[in-house]
Amino acid sequence: MSEPIVRFRAVSKSYDGRAQVVAGLDLDIARGEFLTLLGPSGSGKTTTLMMLAGFEDPSEGSIELEGRRIDTVPPHKRGIGVVFQNYALFPHMTVAQNLAFPLSVRGTSRAEIAARTAKALEMVRLSGFGDRRPQQLSGGQQQRVALARALIFSPTLVLMDEPLGALDKQLREELQLEIRRIHATLGVTIVYVTHDQSEALTMSDRIAVFEGGRIQQLGTADAIYERPANAFVAGFIGENNRMEAVVADSTTLRLADGTMLPTAPHGFSTGEHVLACIRPEKVRLAEAGHPATVTEVVYLGDHCRLRLSFAGLPDFFAKRASEDGMAVPRQGEAVFLGIPDTAVMVFRASSP
Amino acid sequence: MREGPIARLLLRLATVLVLAFLLAPMVAVVLLSFSPTELLALPPRGFSLRWYGEFLESSRWLLAMKNSFIVAGATTMVATVLGTMAALGLQLGRFRGKAVLVTILTLPMVTPYIVTAAAMFFAYSLVGLTGSLAGLVLAHTVVAVPFVVVSVLATLQTFDTTLLRAAASLGASPATAFLRVVVPNIWPGIAAGAIFAFATSLDEFVITLFMAGPGQFTLPRQMYASVREFLSPTILAAATMLFLCSLGFLLVSEAIRLRAERRGRA
Repeated sequence: MSEPIVRFRAVSKSYDGRAQVVAGLDLDIARGEFLTLLGPSGSGKTTTLMMLAGFEDPSEGSIELEGRRIDTVPPHKRGIGVVFQNYALFPHMTVAQNLAFPLSVRGTSRAEIAARTAKALEMVRLSGFGDRRPQQLSGGQQQRVALARALIFSPTLVLMDEPLGALDKQLREELQLEIRRIHATLGVTIVYVTHDQSEALTMSDRIAVFEGGRIQQLGTADAIYERPANAFVAGFIGENNRMEAVVADSTTLRLADGTMLPTAPHGFSTGEHVLACIRPEKVRLAEAGHPATVTEVVYLGDHCRLRLSFAGLPDFFAKRASEDGMAVPRQGEAVFLGIPDTAVMVFRASSP
Repeated sequence: MREGPIARLLLRLATVLVLAFLLAPMVAVVLLSFSPTELLALPPRGFSLRWYGEFLESSRWLLAMKNSFIVAGATTMVATVLGTMAALGLQLGRFRGKAVLVTILTLPMVTPYIVTAAAMFFAYSLVGLTGSLAGLVLAHTVVAVPFVVVSVLATLQTFDTTLLRAAASLGASPATAFLRVVVPNIWPGIAAGAIFAFATSLDEFVITLFMAGPGQFTLPRQMYASVREFLSPTILAAATMLFLCSLGFLLVSEAIRLRAERRGRA
């Protein structure tokens, strides 16, 4: 990895001097990457973004941009583009005037402003909308204008604070693709905040999962999904069946009712209490294996969701993709579950 | 509920009576100001601009008018700038004791003018500010600022502060953001506050009586003096002009409010 574009060093933020919203954050952001800060509300992800933008001051630690300390630089001198959830377009200006704003405060010539505004509108496919007022545009169009405005002054870093949070599902997916496309075209570094895990999984080069003011895990989407670092990440990203268990030996767990569950080598010592997590889509219906009873079947089109009674647990879920010619199990039916040992994730029981 | 014809008639009658009670004195003054003779009678016997002519030829009235407009104009400028800045700080700042500050700033609105006037008289005479137009402007500013603060605070309630963050992220210094983003969005509140400040100063009498020097007559003070000394109908002409002035302010501030509302809906 070349020199990171942003470097957080031991950054903490507290509003009252006691509770830490962000605690001892160390984070390097690579040039050109799409990094998503993902976490539940109050996890510190937005505060982290706001400190980078300059709207909040860190209580401790330092933030560097391009190797320069910026945590004492006022926001208007940082040259970082920001996209807000509520668009934050200037209502008294037209779309073109909104786009021209960052250029005119930098003293750009009229001719160049006109050229770059036209180009920016084209980039977000809103050519011909320059004379409209923001209020005359739909939510999706307004956010595309905000996107263009945050990019028009060619910042190397753009921050996005839940930019699609106010839009409906279809528009959200459309704009996700659009943002990805812009990211790929311009090569700009994007730091994106969301609490929507599927958004994080689709868009990011890397994801930082936040909880309690700390990064719980930093990695690619598949690393975070397939190899969660702890029980919080496993529970927050995707669905999980969580079971308390005791380590029987290096590759076997014993569940509460005595069921023995084979696992890949997990590194916990015999007799230790642990938490086992199994993703519903990794559970197979098999000819033989662990006996279970189907208690509910929910048909969801591309897949079926089965609620099972398994190993004394009343709410064990399995997902079954719909395929041609496969019988859907019925409620009350006795089935066998195949659980590959690699599907069982084992975590320390005390971790959150 | 549908009221009967009698109830409706009674309501109309009551409305007309109340409106007449409110408007009749002013209407009488306006009508009498066009009286051709010194003997006042309603309805006036004839129509003349004689008293307006007297007003415009009298150096005392003209001086009073000049003083009034100088003081009101200066008061408006100072009060609008200070009041707007105070409202901005109160709305956007992050500190304790905002409620206390708002109360202190708007106190002159509810304090009896005579109390404010007496207090100022003593305070200003200690530093030699009585008897000067500057002192008068300062005193009027104290009572005019609350109108600006309240009016600007009201429009700031609907101002989205994310716009300030957006402006900063786009490279605008706080001053640029204020001029290019805040002012264009809250100017109806600033304008309404300025009009109130001007009208307050133009109309102010009690404080002026305490603070102004012997030669510093303003329109209200001159009107009072001329009622006391010699009841000339010129005062009616002056009153009519002041009234039309206030009516103009009212219409302008209503127009601003309507315009702002329409834009808010768009």
